[in-house]
Amino acid sequence: MPRIKVEVDGVTYEDDVEPRLLLVHYLRDRLGKVGTPVGCDTTNCGACTVLMDGMSVKSCSVLAVQADTHDITTIEGLRINGALHPMQEAFHSEHGLQCGYCTPGMIMASIDLLRENPDPSDEEIREGLEGNLCRCTGYQNIVRAVRSAAHEMSHSEVTSHD
Amino acid sequence: MTEVGTARKRSEDARLITGNTQWTDNIQLPGMLYVAFLRSPYAHARIVNVDTSAALDRPGVVAVFSGADLAGEQGGLPCAWVVTPDMVLPDHPPIAVTEVRYSGEPVACVVARDRYAAADALEAIDVDYEPLPPVLDMQAALAEGADLVHSDKGTNKSYTWVFANGDLDAAFLDAAVVIEREYVQQRLIPSAMEPRSVVCQPFGDQMTVWSSTQIPHILRVMLASVTGVPEQNLRVIAPDVGGGFGSKLQVYGEEVITLILARKLGKPVKWTESRSEGNQTVHHGRDQIQRLRLAADADGRIRGLNVDLLADMGAYLMLVTPGIPLLGAFMFPAIYKMDAYSFTCTGVFTTKMPTDAYRGAGRPEATFAIERLMDELAHELDLDPIEVRRRNWIKHDEFPYETVCGLTYDSGNYEAATEKALQLFEYDKLRAEQADRRERHDTVQLGIGVSTFTEMCGLAPSRVLGSLFYGAGGWEHSAVRMLPTGKVEVLTGSSAHGQGHETAWAQIASDALGVPFEDVRVLHGDTAISHKGLDTYGSRSLVVGGVALVGACVKVVDKARVVAAHLLEADASDLTFENGRFSVRGVPEQGMSIQEIAGATFAAHNLPDGIEPSLDSEATFDPENFSFPHGTHLCAAEVDTETGFVKIRKYVAVDDIGKVVNPLIVEGQVHGGLAQGISQALYEEAVYDVDGNLQTTTLADYLVPSASDLPTFTTDRTETPATTNPLGVKGVGEAGTIASTPAVVNAIVDALRPFGVSDVRMPCTPERVWRALQEGVAQ
Repeated sequence: MPRIKVEVDGVTYEDDVEPRLLLVHYLRDRLGKVGTPVGCDTTNCGACTVLMDGMSVKSCSVLAVQADTHDITTIEGLRINGALHPMQEAFHSEHGLQCGYCTPGMIMASIDLLRENPDPSDEEIREGLEGNLCRCTGYQNIVRAVRSAAHEMSHSEVTSHD
Repeated sequence: MTEVGTARKRSEDARLITGNTQWTDNIQLPGMLYVAFLRSPYAHARIVNVDTSAALDRPGVVAVFSGADLAGEQGGLPCAWVVTPDMVLPDHPPIAVTEVRYSGEPVACVVARDRYAAADALEAIDVDYEPLPPVLDMQAALAEGADLVHSDKGTNKSYTWVFANGDLDAAFLDAAVVIEREYVQQRLIPSAMEPRSVVCQPFGDQMTVWSSTQIPHILRVMLASVTGVPEQNLRVIAPDVGGGFGSKLQVYGEEVITLILARKLGKPVKWTESRSEGNQTVHHGRDQIQRLRLAADADGRIRGLNVDLLADMGAYLMLVTPGIPLLGAFMFPAIYKMDAYSFTCTGVFTTKMPTDAYRGAGRPEATFAIERLMDELAHELDLDPIEVRRRNWIKHDEFPYETVCGLTYDSGNYEAATEKALQLFEYDKLRAEQADRRERHDTVQLGIGVSTFTEMCGLAPSRVLGSLFYGAGGWEHSAVRMLPTGKVEVLTGSSAHGQGHETAWAQIASDALGVPFEDVRVLHGDTAISHKGLDTYGSRSLVVGGVALVGACVKVVDKARVVAAHLLEADASDLTFENGRFSVRGVPEQGMSIQEIAGATFAAHNLPDGIEPSLDSEATFDPENFSFPHGTHLCAAEVDTETGFVKIRKYVAVDDIGKVVNPLIVEGQVHGGLAQGISQALYEEAVYDVDGNLQTTTLADYLVPSASDLPTFTTDRTETPATTNPLGVKGVGEAGTIASTPAVVNAIVDALRPFGVSDVRMPCTPERVWRALQEGVAQ
């Protein structure tokens, strides 16, 4: 069995894994990182989205061995010095979730969306989140949350440079 | 205090946005085993032999069972709604024993030490099938000599259920207008984002079941009766549940088998489905053929309506399968006055996954039919679709109003909701644009769709359910525990899976008890904690469960008043209770808070004689009537006549759901409901091929819409309180789904009227729209 070394939410793990083991099952079943759920196992729903070296990936479609030497951030590792990430805050404030099952993936994908486009229009948000499905919200408040987080994050960056 | 009516941000979010959630599949227990099911590749076949020996030799495999192996103990899956005395109700073993009747039906299961090993071993099971003819078309299934789904029953008809009131013949005789149409409600897959999952843990003679279910209380009763585990030894927990939309209002074979395996093997056992398993074997929704006849006078006034339904049951009758179309029986006349109405529904077996509740459950189908007919009537008489509705609807000063179905609508104001919607929509302006585009022969035409809907919610008065032969009541339970520190635990039998009960119930209790919102914790979804209940479906949680909570709070205050009077040395009748504080009338400084009284009651050092040391209370509420939310939805759709592509340009929803506890949650419910209803109109359909194999087994084939597929909605409300409950609430969970489907299809048809189009079958894909247009032009 191949041995992998992966950093997940700031902690380094070394494990022997079956070559076919999916990253999401490695996270959930081996590391107990159950904050990242599985919605479809066919890359369609995006519930399992995590960041690999800062870029969003659907962890049901990445093998654990492909994560070797990479840096993974899950929803559980988003807090900054104990405080919620502005995207988490925005989903709460704007009521961007109901059952919450798609939420971890939706938040991770939204963070990656703002990395690529810090000031997206509503249409760009909708297109950017096309790979993440939500059955509860009708997306309107998710769009509102991402817009609000974009505003908050650009504002906080400006202040941090001051 | 005024918590009720405030847009409180939700308490449950804290765990959901940080990944600290407890989904059933998150549960890992020492020694846990995993189940995988082998499923039929045939829609219909006789099982000749199942050879499990090779699978048993696979690494990590603990046990393998066929249906025959478990035949003595697996029991049969329940149907709780025998709608007619002669309803045909076939046996439904959790794992098929002699015959499979839909593709995806379980034929064997593997138990292994991890989920990969269990899935691997499935391919080593050898099943001999003798294929039988699939039964896929409802009309063909009812024909003489048709192939049978259940050969021992001699028919594919499960039941015919009839309701009639008024003289329909007279209504149609000499009617100036008769509209006759056939509409198809396509089969849908509910598609909650969390796949089903169940974990069972034996502990001595007790069994704990965690399941991704909407109905922990009903599931407990049903699992006890199916498996023989005594009810008192069975605890069912619905932890965080990732959406349901009716699909988790079910007793699934996989739940029964997982429990039986845990009992048999003495180990905790888990099963979690894959999405493709789920698309095949989570119960489906809708699937009706509606034959409709409406008679009206020359001025557009409706005289009578005749509804003749074929409803696809699928291969078996599951928990409430046969009753779903009947929930629509009383909704076809909707908000309109008419003298005669007749409804007939025939339930038909096919070799497909059984149907059952899906958001709205019977009522969206009915609303679609009548709202489409109203637009057809308007077209026939060259009236504006709003005007034809105005001529027929119940006016605000006519409530309470007994409909032709015998329902009493307690309240409503269709005029107000419509007026508000028309303004927000800028109706006249859009009509002008439509005329302009028609005149210019614009390749993109504009259509306007109207839906003035109502629904019956707050399921349900127990005596009504009894009269319909449903197997249970419709009450709900709540309890309030006053803790020694003055904090509060609220227990509710309603089981949330995204609806925000933890926030809304705390708001209600906060007002009723006069304690801070933050001091209230809401507990639900565990039969050992919220021990009594009938769970969440049919927009019932607030309308029935919320009212039960108010009742429990009133009892707490009544008990506290007696203790307060004793401690304040005053007469109970001299006490006022305001903002959580009892004070002696006229001496406001002489008082005690209910939270202090909770502490004093816990200490019990100084209680009045004969008073037990507890303020805890419980209440059960059984509604006397349904609630009737209503609203006016308007949709403007741009239809590209060259490609058939439909774009929703504007969608306005004005809903009247009575009093509102939390407007933020209400807005979210409306948005999500709209998305699902619009998606039925435009995108979703469960498709079986000619052999009866499901073609839409993934989310790539079954089009759950993404953010880019949906418009921004404009939502607003009017507020006509329900008069049948003390909160004045009506329910909001299904409104958006019920109202929006006809609004969208009406808009598409309206856009294409000049091309001779009078219907487009759902989902209105570009291809279907384009074909309808070609056919319309050709005529």
